[in-house]
Amino acid sequence: MRAMSEEYDVAVVGGGLVGAATAWGLAREGCRVALLDEGDRAVRASRGNFALVWVQSKGIGLAPYSAWTVRSSNAWAGFADLLRDETGFDVCFQRPGGFHLCLSDKELETRANALKRLHNQPGAVDIKSEILDRTQLIKMLPDIGPDVVGASFSPLDGHVNSLRLFRTLHTAIAARGVRYLPSHRVEAIAQEGGTFRLATSQGEIRAGRVALAAGNANMRLAPMVGLEAPMRPERGQIVVTERLRPFLHHPTGTLRQTDEGTVMMGDSHEDSTDPSGLTLGVSAKIVERALRAFPLLAGANIVRTWSAIRVMTRDGFPIYDESESHPGAFVVCCHSGVTLAANHALTVAPMIARGALDKSLVAPFSARRFYVQATG
Amino acid sequence: MFKRLADSGKSVALTVDGRPVDCRAGDTVAAALLAAGVDRCRTTPVSGAPRGPYCLMGVCFDCLVTIDGVGSRQACLVPVREGMAVETQSGRREAGR
Repeated sequence: MRAMSEEYDVAVVGGGLVGAATAWGLAREGCRVALLDEGDRAVRASRGNFALVWVQSKGIGLAPYSAWTVRSSNAWAGFADLLRDETGFDVCFQRPGGFHLCLSDKELETRANALKRLHNQPGAVDIKSEILDRTQLIKMLPDIGPDVVGASFSPLDGHVNSLRLFRTLHTAIAARGVRYLPSHRVEAIAQEGGTFRLATSQGEIRAGRVALAAGNANMRLAPMVGLEAPMRPERGQIVVTERLRPFLHHPTGTLRQTDEGTVMMGDSHEDSTDPSGLTLGVSAKIVERALRAFPLLAGANIVRTWSAIRVMTRDGFPIYDESESHPGAFVVCCHSGVTLAANHALTVAPMIARGALDKSLVAPFSARRFYVQATG
Repeated sequence: MFKRLADSGKSVALTVDGRPVDCRAGDTVAAALLAAGVDRCRTTPVSGAPRGPYCLMGVCFDCLVTIDGVGSRQACLVPVREGMAVETQSGRREAGR
């Protein structure tokens, strides 16, 4: 029974891609949802990410993560269709298959070994990946440079226009009556008589359930409801060219041509939590590798660079959890908010609406894995 | 549309899409284009709408042209030079060209 004072069935904390996808999924289940967000200056991975819907490098060390990623990749086209039907926006999801380019024999060998490890894990799912040598690769990517010795390929990899996805989700939740509350940073959460009371600078929000989807801030929020979300944020930088005629019809893990023609280059990793810092050395390295992969980019102008803080759990795998001490409190937390958006909307949100996570799907992603005690 | 002041400097020759254009030392490429009656120097990459020099002070990025093989340069910020080859642009540029 819902207490009379509750305004909402579920309060989702975090208005980025993970929170918005979860809120949309909850609204589809008929829940009354509040989406609590920080303001315009929030450190927000959803505005800086690389927009891959990516399968082939996920799950080494945790086979269920690979399966979970494949599930979302397979659900993505339907998810994009649902969003288009509700909003009229095309988020430009494409799954032409993606490459991980290797610029030396050693890189190719490391890559082949990594995919072998992924494939040989107990419970591994088939991501249909293959290792291609230069001769095979050049048939699919005719513009590669002489330094490219080969690549791994998975037909399950794709990409999307992630800024449009962000806007589309917010349009879709507004249309479904989700109450979006910006500048509502959550300072404290208490549970009284089955009702969660979320203290914000703009007053208290009451809800029957809470879903924490606040990225790296879950580290601060999860302990308020008896959960843990160990995070290790890191900085990534991205370099973007002017719009070019289509020349690259497959995304790679570090370089892709967007639906609008720009070429995004990225995949740097820095141990920093300063989102406003750009370091020339890092962007130069990104561009140097990009030019070795595709020398024809040499004459393209760079029009933008930015850095953003990755949401990263301590081991890189997602965290989905429900609280024992605070029944009705959930954590939804991961690095890959774009890739897993379809799962969050169509699989995780219905579990939260029902009030319990489906252990057969998400048990491996409990944060309890960080606190395994030696037996005996 | 534009008229030159009477004594406006030494003559400089450049080409626009291969066509000879006479301009004056001290002109920017954008000024030279406008003086020569070229008010469409590119079409946009997404909708294909025509664009010409507009703000003339480096802000609007509408006057992008290819200069001596380097694409999408701001014509209003580049002074003319004898023998310069200016090309108008059509939609998205082609990588490698």
